[in-house]
Amino acid sequence: MSQIATGLTNAAKSFGKVRAVDDVTLELRPGQVLGLLGPNGAGKTTSIKLLLGLLQPDRGRARLFGVDPRSREARMRIGVMMQIGEVPAVLTIDELVEQFRGYYPNPRPAGEAIELAGLGALRDRRAGKLSGGEKQRLMFALAICGNPELLFLDEPTVGMDVASRRTFWEGIRAFLDGGRSILLTTHYLEEADALADRIAVIDRGRVIADGTPETIKSRFSGKRIRCRTSLSPTTLLGLPGVRETGGSGASVELISETPERTVRALLDADAGLSDLEVIGMGLEEAFLSMTESPAGTEEMSA
Amino acid sequence: MSEIRMPSMTRISLTDTRLEILSLIRQPGYSLPSLLFPVMFYVFFGLVFNMGRGVHMPTYLLASYGTFGVIAPALFSFGVGVAVERAQGWLRLRQASPAPPLAYVISKTGVSLAFAAAVALLLMTLGALFGDVRLERLRWFWTFGVLVFGTIPFCALGLWIGMNVKGNAAPAVVNLLYLPMSLLSGLWIPIQFFPELMQKLAWALPPFHLAQLAFGAVGMPVQAPAWVSVSYLSVMTLVFGVASMRSFYREDA
Repeated sequence: MSQIATGLTNAAKSFGKVRAVDDVTLELRPGQVLGLLGPNGAGKTTSIKLLLGLLQPDRGRARLFGVDPRSREARMRIGVMMQIGEVPAVLTIDELVEQFRGYYPNPRPAGEAIELAGLGALRDRRAGKLSGGEKQRLMFALAICGNPELLFLDEPTVGMDVASRRTFWEGIRAFLDGGRSILLTTHYLEEADALADRIAVIDRGRVIADGTPETIKSRFSGKRIRCRTSLSPTTLLGLPGVRETGGSGASVELISETPERTVRALLDADAGLSDLEVIGMGLEEAFLSMTESPAGTEEMSA
Repeated sequence: MSEIRMPSMTRISLTDTRLEILSLIRQPGYSLPSLLFPVMFYVFFGLVFNMGRGVHMPTYLLASYGTFGVIAPALFSFGVGVAVERAQGWLRLRQASPAPPLAYVISKTGVSLAFAAAVALLLMTLGALFGDVRLERLRWFWTFGVLVFGTIPFCALGLWIGMNVKGNAAPAVVNLLYLPMSLLSGLWIPIQFFPELMQKLAWALPPFHLAQLAFGAVGMPVQAPAWVSVSYLSVMTLVFGVASMRSFYREDA
């Protein structure tokens, strides 16, 4: 096996009986934005903590720039934005950014970091007086003020409205000017698609897909069609746009790229068709379609 | 890669200490009571109701309330402060940063020392001005030094509590340790008034030993030889210091 300079190699981590990360191999390449996408509890945050050296893998390895993530050499080349409950409430944005800048050998000017985070007007505001979204932007300012080569963003826009999410994305893109890399975790496919060059999908502690956003999107796109029909699975698979079929007995489920065309063809082919449903593929559902047997899918519909 | 100059630990510790002190000043609701409690006690029992029989009470209480006053900021700023920052996730962000863990400990210790210095100076000034406390110049310095640097073992104990007790339980745990330990160590009532068994028990408690050193500094008679107290407090610093640093590096502390 080749050595991964920055990333996880066959990493596993359990908490008691819960296997949070089962077997994850993930390489972060210089200049790349890697989106780590997965539902809640999939193992995204545990993977990040392993990479940051905040957790030690039970098996496998974590490396940053070829060294132990706990070392100071590794940590001064990274910036981290984590989900945290509270920040020291009585210190101002300016003071906190100055504090974190002081930890790095070659920091970015404080004003620039604050500006990039969209907090220019609030420099002297105390952290305790910030709104939820502003606090997250402060976390972003703290993550980039050290001028890191590699930025970790753990669910950076959770709880933000659409407008602030877009502003935030612009800040991230501005950070990227200059060949830096990002590892971003999110459970929004849209976010991963907007920012990442590469997406790794993680579910139940395993990487189940790793590729360009286009590849991943094509696997997650389309709609789910449910109905009762007498058509055979082979016939169903032959219908326009159908990618997968499942279900048992008369109750079937199709995944289609072009649901309108599929439904038209379905109705034409089976006059006795009943209980027709067309459901969007939310990410959570999409995960199930990739990882579970049809029997499991039935459970999901309950 | 071009040459990299790591920011020195001294610089990081100084910045962090400055911000910690700034936080304290901006939250007088937290800092003032710890400053005023020992002063109030001292003024009340040492200066106003001076019930000294034989011993010079203002001098005696300068040592015992002084000890009581200086260990509070150490136990609370570490025990409660660290536990809260840990619960908030702030400590984790700090752990993932390139700042050495020791700088975090040094800055918090610096704050506790500064706080202890303020308590000691206040009591010493009050004692000298209103309590007729008369010490040789060297003894003043020695008392100040004992009270300020004597807080270090309590910083270590506080840090260990902060790293191992849940954020919301920390204030209760610290109070449960601080108050009974102070009482049983004879910081409120001279230990000579205790039954013999309790006097023996006091030898096991850290504030007793710091108080012994403080009594020695102000020239009062002591029960434990200085080397015993110094060894006790040194071992305590080492044990809790090492245990805390292990907790600091422990997973997901």
